[in-house]
This record gives sequence, C-alpha cells and structure tokens, in this order.
Amino acid sequence: MVNLTINDTPVSVPAGTTIIAAAQAIGINIPSLCYLKDLNEISACRVCSVEVEGEAKLVPSCSNVVREGMKIHTNSPRARQARKINVELILSQHDCRCAICSRSGNCKLQKISNDLGIKGTLYADMQPKAPIITDWTTTFPLFRNPRKCLKCMRCVQVCEKVQSLGVWDVSGTGSRTTIDVSHNRVIKQADCVLCGQCITHCPVEALRERDDTDGVFAALAAKQKVTVIQVAPAVRTALGATLQTGETPVSPETIVAALKQIGFDYVFDTSFAADLTIMEESTELLQRLNAGELQEFPMFTSCCPAWVRFMKSQYPQYVKYLSSSKSPQQMFGAVTKTWFAQSIGVNPADIYSVSVMPCLAKKAECALPTMARNGVADVDASITTREIIRMIRSENILPQDLTAVPFDSPLGTATGAGVIFGATGGVMEAALRSAYYFVTGQAPKDELFQAVRGEKAWKEATYSLGQATVRCAVVSGLANARKLMEALIAKEVQYDFVEVMSCPGGCVGGGGQPISLQDEELATKRSETLYALDKKDALRNSYDNPVIQELYGQFLEKPGSEAAEHLLHTDHEGWSMPLAVKLQKKK
Amino acid sequence: MSRLSIVTPSQGEKVMQTLYREMENRIAASPPDVCPVDMALAFLRLCHAQTCGKCVPCRIGLGQLTILIEKILDGEATSKDLELIETTATVIEATADCAIGYEAARMVLQGLRGFKEDYESHINTGRCLSQHQLPVPCVAMCPADIDIPGYIALVEAKRYDDAMALIRNDNPFPTVCGYVCEHPCEAHCRRGMIDDAINICGIKRFAADNSTLNQAPAPAAATGKKIGIVGGGPCGLTAAYYLTLMGHSVTVYDQRPALGGMLRYGIPRYRLPQEQLDADINYILSAGVQVKLNTSIGKDLEFAAVEQDYDALYIAIGAHNDKKLGIEGEDSIGVLSAVQMLRDLGEGHPVDLSNKRVCIIGGGNVAMDASRTALRLGAASVTCVYRRRINDMTALEEEVGEAIAEGCQILPLQAPSRIEHNATGHVTALWTKPQIIGEYGSGDRPKPYNAQGPEFRLECDVIIVSIGQSIDARPFEQVLPIEHGTINALNNTFIPNSTKVFAGGDAVTGPATVIRAVAAGKVAAANIDSYLGFHHIITTDIEIPAPHLTNSPACGRVNLRNHFDKDQICSFALAKDGMSQEEVIQETARCLRCDHFGYGIFKGGRKQQW
Repeated sequence: MVNLTINDTPVSVPAGTTIIAAAQAIGINIPSLCYLKDLNEISACRVCSVEVEGEAKLVPSCSNVVREGMKIHTNSPRARQARKINVELILSQHDCRCAICSRSGNCKLQKISNDLGIKGTLYADMQPKAPIITDWTTTFPLFRNPRKCLKCMRCVQVCEKVQSLGVWDVSGTGSRTTIDVSHNRVIKQADCVLCGQCITHCPVEALRERDDTDGVFAALAAKQKVTVIQVAPAVRTALGATLQTGETPVSPETIVAALKQIGFDYVFDTSFAADLTIMEESTELLQRLNAGELQEFPMFTSCCPAWVRFMKSQYPQYVKYLSSSKSPQQMFGAVTKTWFAQSIGVNPADIYSVSVMPCLAKKAECALPTMARNGVADVDASITTREIIRMIRSENILPQDLTAVPFDSPLGTATGAGVIFGATGGVMEAALRSAYYFVTGQAPKDELFQAVRGEKAWKEATYSLGQATVRCAVVSGLANARKLMEALIAKEVQYDFVEVMSCPGGCVGGGGQPISLQDEELATKRSETLYALDKKDALRNSYDNPVIQELYGQFLEKPGSEAAEHLLHTDHEGWSMPLAVKLQKKK
Repeated sequence: MSRLSIVTPSQGEKVMQTLYREMENRIAASPPDVCPVDMALAFLRLCHAQTCGKCVPCRIGLGQLTILIEKILDGEATSKDLELIETTATVIEATADCAIGYEAARMVLQGLRGFKEDYESHINTGRCLSQHQLPVPCVAMCPADIDIPGYIALVEAKRYDDAMALIRNDNPFPTVCGYVCEHPCEAHCRRGMIDDAINICGIKRFAADNSTLNQAPAPAAATGKKIGIVGGGPCGLTAAYYLTLMGHSVTVYDQRPALGGMLRYGIPRYRLPQEQLDADINYILSAGVQVKLNTSIGKDLEFAAVEQDYDALYIAIGAHNDKKLGIEGEDSIGVLSAVQMLRDLGEGHPVDLSNKRVCIIGGGNVAMDASRTALRLGAASVTCVYRRRINDMTALEEEVGEAIAEGCQILPLQAPSRIEHNATGHVTALWTKPQIIGEYGSGDRPKPYNAQGPEFRLECDVIIVSIGQSIDARPFEQVLPIEHGTINALNNTFIPNSTKVFAGGDAVTGPATVIRAVAAGKVAAANIDSYLGFHHIITTDIEIPAPHLTNSPACGRVNLRNHFDKDQICSFALAKDGMSQEEVIQETARCLRCDHFGYGIFKGGRKQQW
C-alpha cells in the first residue's frame, strides 16, 4: 500500500493506483473530461491536473500513479486556475449552442463549465471551418460533428480496444488535428459495424445517431398509416434515468402507455419476435448439429446486426456459419407486414412499422435490400432508446402521470426467454431452453442454463441435449469476439454454438442506450432488470408462447418450414459491406 | 558630439539571439511525422516576419501565399488556388530583391514539388496524409526499434541487467552499440527542445559496462527446422540469435577464424575492445547458435550444397571489398585499402607503419578509423586528404574532431590525381588537384571542382584508400540477383524468385551501420520464422520504472571524454571513457520519457514483443 495525503486527508491505496482513483477513494472528485478508467488515461484535456508538492509543474491525475509520501492539492489556486483556463480553451473550439444539442443536461463539458462557474471567456472562437463539416454524410446512421469534438480520444480508444476495429483515429497534425475515420477513409467506406459504443463513450455530442424521429412523427400524422411500434427488451431497462424517474426502471407497461399517448396504433413487444427467433434458431441449430455441419466451426447467433457486419467485414469467409435466422427486429417486421396485416385487413404498404432499439446497427439493418418484400420495407424506421426518450419528452409526457397499459395483442405476448435477449448470454440461454425441449420433450428446469449469464467477457458451457452434447460459448464486445474467432481458426477451441453480442454486456449496454454522465458502465445493472422480468414471467420458454403457437398453426406450419424459411430467414450474402483495411490490402 | 559610437546589442537583441538558437534546436528536434503543408506555412510566416517591407513581392506576396496555404489547410481551396500559389511564388522568386523574399518563395516551390500529394489531399479530400505514428522520437529513429526510454529508466534505477535484457529483446549487440553505434536515436530527441539530446549511446555503454548478464534465455521448443546463415557479422548473428530463441536450429558460416565481421575486422579496438565484442557474441552463442568458422561459401562449400541442407538460408555477407581510386600509380607498393589495413589488424598481423608518412584518402568514418589506427601503428605523420571541406565529410563530427585532436591532419579540398613512386615501385608522394567547393547538385552537399592552381605534391610512404566498400558477390553471382554490386532483396529480406533464400545487411544496402545490420537481422528472423510457418513472439516482461512526474530544468548533456596523451594513442587501449555513476544519474534523469508524456501515452505504448 502507498500512503499519501490528498487535500491534507491521508489515504492509503494499492501501488499503481492513479491519483484520480486515489482521490475518488476518499470522496474527492477531481474534475476530468477525457479520462475513462482503464480505457483512456492519457491526460489530453489536462483538466484533472493537480498540484503535487515538490513538483515544478502541475501533474495530470489520470495518467500518473501515486507515490509514497505524496502531498497532493486538488484545489490549490494554481490547479483551480489551470482547470478553468483549460476548460475555457476547450470551449473556444466547441459549438456552445447547448439549446440545440441533444446532450444538453447530459454533457460533461456543459457540466464542468457550469460547475466551474464559467460565465464568459476572453478567448476568440476557434471552431473548425465549415467545409470540413459538410463533408460528413447525412445518410449514415452515425453522425459526427467536428464542432463539438473535444479530441478526448475516447472514441478512438473504445473502438480500438473494446471493439478491435479502429474505425476512428486521429487525423492530421498540428492545430487542425481532429478525429476522423482512420486510414483517411470516409465512414461509408469503413468497416464501422455501427455498434455505437463511440457515441455512448463520447462526453459531448460530437457523435450521435442519425435522428429518424421526424419520419416517425410524419407517419403518426398521416391519416392512412397504421402505426405499429415494437419495443426491444433492453429499452425497458434504461428509460428511468432520462425520463427523470430516477434510476428506477420504468415498467414496460408505462412505456406502452407513453407510446399509446404519442399516438401509436399498436404497441408490441420485440420479445415476441425473440421467442420466434428462438424457435427458428434452435431448430436450425439442431438441424445443423445433426447434419454434422458444425464439426469444423460452430453456428453463430445472428440477432446482433453489428456482429453480422463485423463477421462480413472481418471474417467474410465464415459468414456461412452465421445462423440464417433474421434478427428479432426483422422477424417482427416480416410478421407484422404479413400475418398481422392480413389479420387486421390492412395493406402492408399502409402499415408504418417502427422499432425502438438500443442500437444503431438496427437502423442499417432495416434498410437492407434483403429486409423488404415487394419494395415495402418490413421495418420502416428504427429509432434508438435515446430517440424515443426525446419523442416522449417532446410530447410533454410524464411517466408518473401515466396508467400502465399492457402490450397490444397479438404481437405483445412474450415469454421470459424473449425478454432476456437483451443481455449477454440471453439468446444462448433462451435457445438452449427450447432446444432442450425439442430434443427431450420436457421443459428444462428453471435456471438450468444460468452458467451462460453474467458479465464475464467469454463464457463457456457444455450441455447434453439428449444424445447430443452442445459446446457453447458466449462473448460480448467485439475485441472478445475477435479473440474467439482467432482461437477457433487456430483450432485452440471448439464449439457447436456461439452467441455474440457486439456491445459489452449485450444490448442493455447498446450504443443506442442513454448515456451516463458519470461514465458508468450500466450493462450489468440493466441486465438484472431483464432477469427479474424473466423470473416473474409465467411463461419462460419460447415454445410456450401461445401466439407463437398460433402463428405456426395458422401461417408458418412449423419452425424451419418452407414458409418460415421464406419469411424469417435471410441470406447474409445478399448485401455487401466494406472489408477491413487489412483484407482490402490483401485483395 | 561623437561622430561614431560602439554598437552593443540591446537586451532585446540578446534575447532574440537566444530565441533564434533555441528555435534552431527545436526545428532539429521536430517530430518526424508532422504535416509538411502546415510546417511549410509556419516557415513561410517566419520568412514573412523577416521581410524589411521595401519590396512588393516579399511584403505582400508572401502574405498572400500564407493566406492561400491557410485556405488549403482549412479545406476551403480548389486546385485553382494551388496554381495561384505556384504562379505567385514563381513571380516572387523572380522579382524579390533579396534572399529574404526569393528564398522564401523558393522554399514554397520546393514544397509544392516535394510534397505535392499532401497539398492535393488537403484540397481534394480535406484530409491530411500525415499522422503521428511515431510518438517516441528516439524509438522512431532507431532502426531496431529498441525501447530506449525503457532502458534509460532502468539504468536510472540501477537495474543494469534488466536494461541489457530489455535491449536484447530487439538488439543482441547492446555492448557493441554502447561503444560504436551511430545513435540515430539522438537526432530528434525531444530533449533538444530544452537543451540538448540525451546521450543515449553513452547510457547504453554504462549499462553494458555494469551488467553481468551472460546467459541468453532458453529457446522455444525445438521446431525441427534448420536455418543456414552465411556471414557471422552483426546482421547474421542477430538473425541467428532470434531464430535460435524461436526454437530453430541455426548454423552460422563465416570465412574468417572468428565471428564479428566488420565489428572485429573493421572497427579498431581503441573504439571497440575485443572483450566487449566477445561479450555480446558469447551471449548470442549461449542461446545455442552453431558456428562453422573458416568456411567460405563458394570456395570451401558449394552454394547449392549449403542451400540443400537447410529449410531457409540467410545471406548476410557484408561489404568487405574496397573500392579503387582508379588513378595512375594506384598499384605502387605502399598503397593499401583501409579495409585491408583494418582487417590485418583484426587478424593480429598489422601492417608496420613505424616512422612512415601516411596519407589517408577519404572522408568517411572508415577514413577516420584508418587515420587514427595509422597513428597507433607508429606513423610519423598522418594526413587525411579529402576533396570537399571538413564539414562536408560523411564521418561523424565527433570522429573527425577526435582524429584531429589525436594529431591527424586533415587536408581538405584536394582531389587525388596520381601516385608517384620510385624506381623500386615504392610510393613517394600523392599528387592532388586543388578543389573549389561549388554549387549544390541533387544531393545535400555542394560539389567540388578543379581549381586553377597548380597540382600539389604530398610526400608520403604509405597511402591508405578509404573511399567506400562493396560486397564480394563473386560466389553468388550465378545464384542470386546482384545489381549495382549489392544483392537484390526485398525490404522483408526475401529474395524474389528464390525458393528459400533471404538476404540483408550491408550486402543488400551497401556499407551502412551496425544498428542497420542488426535491424535487418531482426527483420530476417521474423520473416524466416513466418516463412517456415511459425509465429514465434520475441517478448520481455521487464517492468519499466514509472517516470518522474515533471521534467528537470535545462541541464547540459554529458559527453564522453577522450584521452589524448601520446601513450594512449600509441596503444590500442580504449580511447574514450564511459560516464561516471554521477554523470549517468544526471544524464538518465534528463530523459523526457516520451513513452509516458505527450502522444506516447496515447499511441506509444510499449512494444514489448515483435
């Protein structure tokens, strides 16, 4: 242990602790902007600089570790002045029109500036010149604004270290240094998988999703349109904070009430489609397993479109091992515009189908040419959790004033298996529950498969399903996925079934989720909500879902049937994606 | 009143002079990978500030150029603006009255041609082609990628064995390099922005002098692959060392009776004592490298036979042949090559130069070695003849200075024209043509040409020619692609169209430095390993001490001292003293730890493996 004093308070911390972390341990919060524990400790913003007795210069507290006998002052006149001036310098390059910024109230720069009481500045405005901005495409689901960027490098780090993609990099040198797509590519040429982790780690609004709410409001206003909205499981775990109900999650039924109030005709649950995905995916797994197709390489889940984009751009030769099942969003869209449209007697073209997702990749997915029939997209708009929050707020809806309403019938009926889709391991567990039933004819015991739960980056479990043994692995975060792929290719590991979710912790930690001003990683906490919902659900296995049974009975015959194949499966080769730079060079 | 007064610089002028000097140092220590357009603009602004304001092209034109280049950097320019820059600069160059203006314009034009693609990228895509890829200047400049801040910190912490082990992760010749490396690492040392570059080489020598490490780490599991290496110099032995650590069975062939190549047979011992060289070689051998000495490929063994015996073959034969002057009388008795002279010395039978008047021809480091060696071999006088000026010599400035300090004379601006000999064929004099230094050609040194004066006769008994080396390609001419006297191998050391032959070092690049040879050996090891289907990682887990929190104030650089007493010069005892403990503590503390501060903490990281 190392002993030191911070603001005259003695503290003892393990060797190797950074000054900022040591201060935190005794409740002294050193303001910072670029610092992200373990991920970005590069002292770029210099806001966290503190006075260390005996040192000539101020010392950044995020990138330096404590030493025995150190005497640190976080609020000395010199530290205070340096902090304020450095924030003012950052502000001089920042578009400070907070009133038209979606991060207002949830912006680290705004908060620190307000906290420091900065009321004006002597510095000239130095925002980047206009043409550099207009070059950014407006049609890509991810949008970058260099006039907001602090050059904190968090996006570079998270994309490189957590997702192993390196889409972002420092661009140029000198005073015009900025962040841009690496290797001088433009974003549409890049192997960006649209996980959105750069957005949720951006301290300001330099990165955000493309806002698609205007189209949704237009559809709500159009008389002839029947509006259908599906809500992904992870969304219900994350609304509380931003809807000002504190950290308590808003119940799914309250969300339904809010969406009804906005004016959606039908409010459904994506968990229904997750149940449907399970029926198809576990059937496919058993088929492939029995056909001996998984000897060399496992079957991978395909419900995460960012993971599909990753596979296509990084490991194109292994795309065939992805399950052909569509993601729940797209299964939902397909059923909505066929079976459901028929059942309510509406022309599919008159249905406007919206999904609320914790995700940006879903925006790209629903626009794929393979996700439409007769020129009509199965899902017309996919909006993020953040966008739906903005819609609810713009309608002046206060959750506490609402009376809970259940999801609409029929596509609002889901089981606990569909709900846990939003957490890492959830798809695997849900699939195993059904596969177990398909093979043994018996319902699995409760929590039989819980070894695949939890925040561990790479989980393994082996289960017997009748005669067959299924070796499973679950990873979240694409750097972990890459490690797993490399291990599989090197034949260091062997599995039959692998679940991959691109965002650490799964969809609950998705790139479309509300952003923590305190830089908390909330995936684990949010996934507890999903498992609690699963636990109290009367139906916990997808095959028990009565609407699913009805759907197969009336329309699709059985899982894996030709009709199901046509409606619920897709060809991942039916569209193209820019390859990783490494692979492009090979070509 | 007084008609004249003595001009003394004002306080402001004195400070400006200091700032000019500091700015010069700063430019020298510039990071190697900044945007050239941005830099061109900065230089142009400096030029514009120097204008007196009298003439239009300089006063206004340079200002317009800055606005145009700024527009390019802001992504607001079109190709029309680029044309306008060129036309304007051309006119300024032609019409500015003095160098302040026309030289500024010439520099702009030089940049337009030299980094055209950078200008175009800014215009066409609004993007800059430059990016900081090399955040730690010393590591960036070291051909072998040694973790320099890491070992400096280890020396500071008195962990000399760890320092040597860390260096050996990238370079198995830490002792040799501590004594004779050309230290390109020091060229852009950021400490130069404060006072002066760190004496990195001297710190390394201190680590070598104080380390007791003598056993290489255990190799990886045996792969069963056999690799032959032709040439036991720094390049071949580096490849041999790492390939052995990777678990391959390596045999090194060398035509001479001892290993080391140019290190033993080219560098005189007063610079690199034999025991220091042997320390590194023995360490390398302790990994398990097999050696066949006195074996010349093409003479003692057929190339094809050797090739057949191995899964991969690496040719690192160096450049041991001397280049000829091609002047009358060159075959006189008493004319020898520096390579031959140094080799004879290395082999233990030095030429006797006692009381001889010796003339050295050449201006490179080898010429300096030959000059100082001649003194030690008893020469009555040593005169080094060079056709350009002293400051144009390719030898390191400190080597030239040491040669002069020891008593060598430098005769610059004289080009050898013929060698005079007596009836018995013995050299009697060197005739030279006086030279005038002239215009700059395509290179960065001005070209000399014949002056009008008469030829100059320099009486001497021995002439040592040191005007460059070439490779002895004869044994390989039939089997390997040889172009312009060097083996034609790729940057990954592979020889195209061969099945399993690689080549590197001086034999490929022409005569270079120890550290370049080491770097080539390292590249060869990695690529031969991959070629054989492996991916062995050379790694280290040495923990580097945390840096000091803030850097020390400006402080002079510790330079090593030479002895200049006659007794020392007459022996081959080490000419240069290492740092004292006191000095090394001060010098290591000067390191700015660019691995931790600045861009290093973001992108520098620590390459602990390759």
